[in-house]
Amino acid sequence: MQERVKKEPEREFRVIGTRPLRPDGADKVTGRAKFGADFKMAGQLVGKVLRSPHAHARIKSIDVSKAAALPGVKAIVTRDDFKDQGSEFVPAGEMLVNYRDVVRTVMAREKALFEGHPVAAVAATSESVAREALKLIKVDYEVLPHVMDPVDAMRPDAPLLHDDMITAGVTPAPTKPSNVAKRVEFALGDVEKGFKDADVIIEREFNTKPVHQGYIEPHACVASVSEDGSAEVWVTTQGHWIVRAHCARLLGWDISKIRVTASEIGGGFGGKTVVYLEPLALALSKKSRKAVKMVMSREEVFRASGPTSGANVWVKIGAKKNGKIVAGEAILKYQAGAFQGSPVQPGCMSAFAPYDLEHVKVVGYDVVTNRPKVAAYRAPGAPISEYAVESVVDELSERLGIDPIELRLKNAAKEGTKAAYGPKFGPIGLIEGLKAAQDSPHWKAPLGKNQGRGIAAGFWFNIGGETTVSLQLNEDGTLSLMAGTPDIGGLRASLCMMAAEELGVDLGKIRPIIADTSSLGYNFLTGGSRSTFSSGMATVEAARAIIKEACVRASKLWEIPIDAVTWEDGKVKPAGDNAGKHQPMDLGDIAKIAGKTGGPIIGYSAITAHGAAPSFGVHIADAEIDPETGKATITRYTVIQDAGRAIHPSYVEGQYQGGAAQGIGWALNEEYIYGDDGKLQNPGFLDYRIPVASDLPMIDTIIVEVPNPRHPYGVRGIGETPIVPPMAAVAAAVKRATGVRFFELPMSPPKVLKGIKDAKANGGAKATA
Amino acid sequence: MRYEAPDTIEAAAKLLAAESGDARVLAGGTDLLVQMRSEILTPALVVDIKKIAEMRQVKEEAGGVRVGAAVTGAELKEHPRLSKVWPGVVEAANLIGSTQIQGRATMGGNLCNGSPAADSVPALIAVGAVAAIVGPNGRRELKVEDIMLAPRKLALTKGEIVASFLLPARPPKSSDAYLRFIPRTEMDIAVVGCGVSLSLDGSGTCTAARVGLGAVAARPLLVDAAAKALIGTKVDEAALAKLEAAARAACKPIDDKRGTIEFRIDVAGVLARRTALIALERARKA
Amino acid sequence: MAKHHVATTVNGDAVEFLCETEQTLLDCLREELDLTGAKEGCSSGDCGACSVMIDNRLVCSCLVLGVEANGKSIETIEGMADGEELHPLQRKFLEHAALQCGICTPGFLVASKALLAKNPNPSETEVRYWLAGNLCRCTGYDKIVRAVMDAATEMRGA
Repeated sequence: MQERVKKEPEREFRVIGTRPLRPDGADKVTGRAKFGADFKMAGQLVGKVLRSPHAHARIKSIDVSKAAALPGVKAIVTRDDFKDQGSEFVPAGEMLVNYRDVVRTVMAREKALFEGHPVAAVAATSESVAREALKLIKVDYEVLPHVMDPVDAMRPDAPLLHDDMITAGVTPAPTKPSNVAKRVEFALGDVEKGFKDADVIIEREFNTKPVHQGYIEPHACVASVSEDGSAEVWVTTQGHWIVRAHCARLLGWDISKIRVTASEIGGGFGGKTVVYLEPLALALSKKSRKAVKMVMSREEVFRASGPTSGANVWVKIGAKKNGKIVAGEAILKYQAGAFQGSPVQPGCMSAFAPYDLEHVKVVGYDVVTNRPKVAAYRAPGAPISEYAVESVVDELSERLGIDPIELRLKNAAKEGTKAAYGPKFGPIGLIEGLKAAQDSPHWKAPLGKNQGRGIAAGFWFNIGGETTVSLQLNEDGTLSLMAGTPDIGGLRASLCMMAAEELGVDLGKIRPIIADTSSLGYNFLTGGSRSTFSSGMATVEAARAIIKEACVRASKLWEIPIDAVTWEDGKVKPAGDNAGKHQPMDLGDIAKIAGKTGGPIIGYSAITAHGAAPSFGVHIADAEIDPETGKATITRYTVIQDAGRAIHPSYVEGQYQGGAAQGIGWALNEEYIYGDDGKLQNPGFLDYRIPVASDLPMIDTIIVEVPNPRHPYGVRGIGETPIVPPMAAVAAAVKRATGVRFFELPMSPPKVLKGIKDAKANGGAKATA
Repeated sequence: MRYEAPDTIEAAAKLLAAESGDARVLAGGTDLLVQMRSEILTPALVVDIKKIAEMRQVKEEAGGVRVGAAVTGAELKEHPRLSKVWPGVVEAANLIGSTQIQGRATMGGNLCNGSPAADSVPALIAVGAVAAIVGPNGRRELKVEDIMLAPRKLALTKGEIVASFLLPARPPKSSDAYLRFIPRTEMDIAVVGCGVSLSLDGSGTCTAARVGLGAVAARPLLVDAAAKALIGTKVDEAALAKLEAAARAACKPIDDKRGTIEFRIDVAGVLARRTALIALERARKA
Repeated sequence: MAKHHVATTVNGDAVEFLCETEQTLLDCLREELDLTGAKEGCSSGDCGACSVMIDNRLVCSCLVLGVEANGKSIETIEGMADGEELHPLQRKFLEHAALQCGICTPGFLVASKALLAKNPNPSETEVRYWLAGNLCRCTGYDKIVRAVMDAATEMRGA
């Protein structure tokens, strides 16, 4: 069941809010659409990566001579083929990466810092020759002790990953290196003072495991470098301008030399905002003078591409008897993997975001461990911190005997609330969402035996960013739309709808493409739930530019002043004193006179989109627990979230449902399992357990619309918030079903059964760790 | 890597015996190809046995049924008599993997892959299945519970192939069931698997029973004590409690990425009870 | 050693190709025949993105050797539409927005078609369990299940 709840009376739209078929749909249901591994170039070689079998080791030497002599091997690259990079932070999605670390992620230098770390790459005439060549490369490792978990890595005697890592954000600065890259703090008011006023204080510690984005399409690219140094890359990515920038930097080439085309992308969720194979493929192609195709196996995806952090989170919340929260405090320890840059900062900033608090303090630590460097995963950092805070809020609601929705309504952030991380919120839809939850059929439905219901709120900031759109008016009045943010879930449909709305044309008259880096101005990547917002804003601007130009051309043709021309219902018309003197012209008519009135007509928008607004969500989860096995079944689930304005409601619902499914997997079964030897034991979909179709019920959605005043159509980014509430909602449901509260994810059956048994042994339901 | 697809089982056995390097039988390929892909195995020779009629047919025999070792799970499900008389065996084979896997996977491969968590094996053990084995030196028989000795170690000599399984006749009012515990609803390897076959007399008393347990020891187990808990009883609460305890006592599990020792032991008892109840219900209706 | 010569039928067309023993049917479809509709998501039979029909049986093509296709009849996503006319399942997937990134879609369509050929009136549970071997990370399966059941209704003429 899918519903909408609107704050304002409906603006009259012709196209916005309808559910047309997506323009790229036919290719996707016929197998015609080309994803990363579907492209090939004549004479291409197969590239493969040799990866460290050790979690932590010094690389003393690499001997590629035998591999190079193998017939069919055309090029080999190692750390010697990549110049070292100085320290420089650049944005990658909503996280930062450091070039010194990027070059080492792509190819190990002094040390292998995780099992799966690339140490060499070969290009050969076939897959089997490439595999054979890898076996012939001799690497001399000095194995070092490893550390896998942030709490262990923070101990003074922990094995050290980087000799020069001095914790930033601490004064005075430490004198000795450690595995803590930085400390961050966000605070409002004075929490000590706040806690003094509390009638009830709850303090809890939570642990979560790293989880992978789980995109079904592995990383893949084809690269080809010409003798004059110009290069082509075909790649599955969320940001081809970022790929271009990283490759240019790592290889020391001019950015203009590299042309990157984004293939269709088979899922990213943040994990394809970074480079792994592309610099290697380019380097191999340059050396071999042939195109090189590189595709990761599923095992490589798990061993060597960034999951999100696992974390240890401590939360303390104080409230008055009437439910008013007086203070909130948290300490977040996130693991970054082998190089610094976990999403601990957004985790800190979002932790208490749903609440209007006078006193709040969140401290975060970014900790390195011998695992692959983490990459963004849908609302990076927030699912972890908000899981912990929402779980304590749930416990608070039980302790105070206040309904969990009422408790949140009492403390809800609203327009004007100052968030812990700085800004004051504009109009937001949290209260509307909470009320919609209260009114929902799900909230009122009865529960059966061994079933419990949980609720949790969630927040994500959403971003704008650099965006370019070009809209060409074709000779017959149809339009070609070029955007630059890869379409990861229906963007092209929404962009065409916004253009069609502005221009008053049929949707079918606009053909959208995602242009390559040489054909369009710069675009920051698809991430931060920004593509509908930013490319949408730019599309509207480009459409309005066409309208403006159409009016100019008509005024030229009609020889009347420009302010005597108006645009109405998809046509240029003479207005004022000139009304009725000339036939209105539609875009087809305008296109015919384009050449003689000044040239081709293009609407162009190159902006840094501002005004991205947050999206709040509320999830209701019903879980049934088998008391004899600890197995949880999600029996009912509803996602309520503020979209600002749903351009294409089906794709908004799809984001809600998809994020919820990922969160449910995170809550119940997904985790990386490492042995004591630092090696990953479950690098595949068999034992890395994402939800399958039979694991889930239908996922109901309620789209709340509190328009974002800073977007022409009121759009808010919505793609990330849906993954934030599920873990706490499911944990709360499990608590109410079993009487036992869990503080560790995933809540897999052995843990749940043990919790149930321990509680029984201790004489009745009690909170357990 | 060589590929051969002989027409007779004798020819297949000869090829396997004669190969000096690693030689593997290719049935459904749902384990072999995965292991080849991750380079756990690099056979010099694969012998595709799917052209061998004896391994692909289902035939009545001595009141029971002889099932070719290379009949797929999907085909087992489509066979009218098998699902009626041995529903536990059929459902076990059809829990392996997914619909796609069941379209290829065979009970012969499931057994000979040598995983103690194989789904069809506890069910085959429970119904007293006997395997016909063909080797370069002729034919012999082995009870299914005697075939897997340890993970990846079988009681077969070089060149021997499991040709078929005889599911022996049982008296009227007999049936079987298979349950497994997995963390999701599908797609996982069994954390515990349990097969129960039982027969009832006119008064509803259990006259015969066999209980197989998988994934709780280095090989799938035939648990005599669990069967004894049921025989001579009306499968009442007291008998089920004894069954649970016997199932738990038989476990010698390990901690691994799929379950802990404690969890496997707990759940083995729970599953034995639940499986026995389903078999009981089916036997009453048989 | 010499490659195998395989003669098979794909989507009704007689085709031939050469392959090494270790090449899977998925490899052969994608590399030798340029039919890239079937996708490689895992190479271990756990994701279903490579689903095809062999002699009317739904299988993962990553778990079949190319040489095993000799003499068989194979159906892939490329053969699902009838000329310009999309199959009802393809249409319903588009109408219901049952795809976001689309990488799993060919596998789901082939698997769903196999389901409806066997069971023209499946319940929601039957649809979910039949499709459990097809992983989707984008949609949470809701719209996929709705699309399959809606297509089933249309195909039954109901």
